[in-house]
Amino acid sequence: MNNQLYSNEQIMGFLHEIPDPEIPVIDIVELGVIREINASIDSIEVTITPTYSGCPAMKQMEDDIKKKLSEKGYKEVKIKTIFNPPWTTDWITEEAKEKLNKYGIAPPEHSSIDKAVLLGKERIVKCPRCASTNTKIISQFGSTACKALYQCTDCLEPFDYFKCI
Amino acid sequence: MNKQEALFSYTLRLADNGLILSQRLAEWTGHGPFLEEDLALTNIALDILGQSKSLLEYAAQVEGKGRSEDDLAFLRGEREFYNTQLVEQPNGDYAKTIARQYFVDVFDFHFYTALANSKDETLAGIAAKSIKEITYHVRHSGSWMLRFGGGTEESKQRLQDAVNDLWRYTGEQFEMNEVDALLIKEGIAVDMTAVKAAWDKQVINILNEAGITTPLVAVMQTGSRQGKHTEHLGYILAEMQYLPRVIPGAKW
Repeated sequence: MNNQLYSNEQIMGFLHEIPDPEIPVIDIVELGVIREINASIDSIEVTITPTYSGCPAMKQMEDDIKKKLSEKGYKEVKIKTIFNPPWTTDWITEEAKEKLNKYGIAPPEHSSIDKAVLLGKERIVKCPRCASTNTKIISQFGSTACKALYQCTDCLEPFDYFKCI
Repeated sequence: MNKQEALFSYTLRLADNGLILSQRLAEWTGHGPFLEEDLALTNIALDILGQSKSLLEYAAQVEGKGRSEDDLAFLRGEREFYNTQLVEQPNGDYAKTIARQYFVDVFDFHFYTALANSKDETLAGIAAKSIKEITYHVRHSGSWMLRFGGGTEESKQRLQDAVNDLWRYTGEQFEMNEVDALLIKEGIAVDMTAVKAAWDKQVINILNEAGITTPLVAVMQTGSRQGKHTEHLGYILAEMQYLPRVIPGAKW
């Protein structure tokens, strides 16, 4: 602590202020992409893991982290990317899942329940508008890499499902 | 050839497969048969491009000659690319795009599942990450194989034509050379024998289910491991590399 500018808790607090560039209702810590922090007096290294290999938001997140921590006084901010263990939607916090639901995006199921995807079976996804489970998949691929398109067959609302990986 | 050179060559080969396939898929942007499929192919292209970028970064680092991933993608000529001839084949109609994708997806699924156990931590990490994405890809292309096969006479015939056209390019995926031999000894590379057995089983099963006749081909196309390609790759590179070659160092 003595040779650090801020405590790790404080640093995580700063990172909590950075929204996900594509789903701004949750922040990057809640999303689960921050894996490790190594800080000294004037330099800091943040280890992150990508959600999807080609997610264009990752570069934006890196830039946002650098900007935020530079503003807080770090002279050098390094971003390290790791792939193992691979990111999973299980790392999204429960609070964040609730925020996603309120925002109109059905949150991911737990990956152990979602194994049906591997077997090609349909899953039960709850409509974020009317909470019905009478929903159907329109497409496995949606407006961003992390989402699938669904429609509620009761209230007819089309919605995004944050797909589980 | 030493271990470092072999690792560079191996990683580059994998990266090139993704780079060229994603470029091909991106040609569909705005031209998909309907909106959801347009989005699906773009999403898949993006996943594959992302995997390729990670591999190119690693290849550049392994090579250690100061080239960046962009240098590798944009400043190599046709004979320095090592992607399979399968991924450079033209999109054709949607059945051909799907058949090509399915052949690659099934290969990637089994290959990367095995590569996740590599002793090379970076390759293993990229593989573990990629499998999650490929699982969705194979589900997508596999479901279309069945829909074309079980659809109309025309859709079935188009898929049969696509499979007939592309089959001769599928064997190359499993080729191994001195690079593979050296890296298999090190516990880094994947032995393609098992991948081929798994691929054959899965692909032939779905062709049967879709009512498609598995082509009999006496000779498989070969050459990409030596940088030999079909005439199509040059045109892809001309389009893909145009901007960085005309305006070196361009940024946006």
